[in-house]
Amino acid sequence: MSIDEGTARRVARLARIRVEETDLPALAQEFNAILGFIEQLGEVDVEGVEPMVSVTPMRLKRRDDVVTDGGQPQAVLSNAPDAREGFFAVPKVVE
Amino acid sequence: MTLPDLSSLTIATAREGLRAKDFTAQELTEGFLALQEGAGALNAVVHATPEIARAQAEAADARLAEGAAPDLCGIPLGIKDLFCTKGVPSQAASRILEGFKPEYESTVTSQLFADGAVMLGKLNMDEFAMGSSNETSTYGPVVNPWRKNRDLTAGGSSGGSAAAVAAGLCLGATGTDTGGSIRQPASFTGITGIKPTYGRISRWGIIAFASSLDQAGPMTRDVRDAAIMLRAMCGADPKDSTSADLPVPDFEAALTGDIRGKVIGIPREYRMDGMPEEIEALWAEGRRMLQEAGAEVRDISLPHTKYALPAYYVIAPAEASSNLARYDGVRFGRRAALGQGEDITAMYEKTRAEGFGAEVQRRVMVGTYVLSAGFYDAYYNKARKVRTLIKRDFEQVFADGVDAILTPTAPSAAFGLGDMADADPVQMYLNDVFTVTVNLAGLPGISVPAGLDRQGLPLGLQLIGKPWEEAELLDTAYSLERAAGFVARPDKWW
Repeated sequence: MSIDEGTARRVARLARIRVEETDLPALAQEFNAILGFIEQLGEVDVEGVEPMVSVTPMRLKRRDDVVTDGGQPQAVLSNAPDAREGFFAVPKVVE
Repeated sequence: MTLPDLSSLTIATAREGLRAKDFTAQELTEGFLALQEGAGALNAVVHATPEIARAQAEAADARLAEGAAPDLCGIPLGIKDLFCTKGVPSQAASRILEGFKPEYESTVTSQLFADGAVMLGKLNMDEFAMGSSNETSTYGPVVNPWRKNRDLTAGGSSGGSAAAVAAGLCLGATGTDTGGSIRQPASFTGITGIKPTYGRISRWGIIAFASSLDQAGPMTRDVRDAAIMLRAMCGADPKDSTSADLPVPDFEAALTGDIRGKVIGIPREYRMDGMPEEIEALWAEGRRMLQEAGAEVRDISLPHTKYALPAYYVIAPAEASSNLARYDGVRFGRRAALGQGEDITAMYEKTRAEGFGAEVQRRVMVGTYVLSAGFYDAYYNKARKVRTLIKRDFEQVFADGVDAILTPTAPSAAFGLGDMADADPVQMYLNDVFTVTVNLAGLPGISVPAGLDRQGLPLGLQLIGKPWEEAELLDTAYSLERAAGFVARPDKWW
């Protein structure tokens, strides 16, 4: 299946990466090269095969549902590009 | 006290020298810091940490004076930029993490430091570990210390770690391997690198690329050093629910060099069309060496090998698109400057367009596509089913009595920086053709330097082991190392 500019635009939007209109044809072409390579998977007979969920047979560990960490807002916010009054600050979301 | 020639030291010999008080950790550290400072042309070290190194060396000397210090006490190491190190830039070689200084320490570096290891600095890599040549790094590419008339790649993604160890700027380095990122650079630089079984080493505090494939490991000058350093990095961690609750063996004690009676498999599907003759010859030579050491060599088949790379290039981008969603300009790293009236979506889109390099953007978008409605089954689920079959191939040969599998590590020697600039992305992906199966199956794999090509560049051989049998794998690698007798070192030009 071939990817056109419209699909490339939609994927870039979904991935939240700005791509200039003029760059879309080249991007679509790259996607097509990669997806063309991936298409080989169509040759494999996977009838009755389960998709892998865990590469080593392990049961995920469980623990008590209690707080184990926290109470360090300054450390949490220390790398934020914009933090105010103990919160992450972002451009206005609701008018 | 006189410091020996640093380029001839290994972790094991430095350990003996420190314990015998032939030199101190502080002297050793100063020696390596000076070498590191003089090696700017390699671009391997991206954030030097001399103050931390000096403080750790001083503490190590105090511990060594008390006696009974751990193996790594006072040993100078380099740390890949992918590991979060408290208060030290940790940016995965990405512009989007510019200025990021973690408030915490990764489990691996915590364990190394608890054993007394000394961190000399953070090492270059491909951006978010996505690449095979180190050319996707925001810091610019690493230059391989093996230079033949022109600048060559040190491989990727752990290219800085490989170059630093090969050039003797540190005694060992941490690497990570999602599709071959420890083993391919090890092969390109004539050093040893092991990726252990998935779950052996905690991933906590290692910046995530593809969580079901990522695994850290040591990169060292020889197999013994790999065994020493691996032991210090392994272990169950409550902060990583995929880390295995298994005892960590003394890998070094397992090195006997006796592989008589072991069965080594040679997979016929790894004989690729257009494979350089020298790689083929090296592989045959490896086969002969293991046979002479007393192993039984057997031809085997891993029928789904051909589909490993395409499956990987669905699964890894899919997981990356999810993991890298966190880089949104809100909590850490870079945020793009916004124009009047630009909303939060514009902030995300501009931040990610400016912050991510071309290869990372490409993979995030491919991942987004294969996970999107309508394609999830056709691509992602299909790839996960093929992954099951790839793992089953290995299980079958191990069940048939094979103890380890021998393959070339990479399809070529180190290539020139810029050589792949005009190639289609898939051409670069072919670097991982022999290593990626091991990540998909969660197995341990090690690259051992085994010879030089016609130009005098190092080539590695890969051994693949059974899950959790790193001790046995290292022993087989030790035997191969002794038979190969690889002692070549790059001439110092930097």
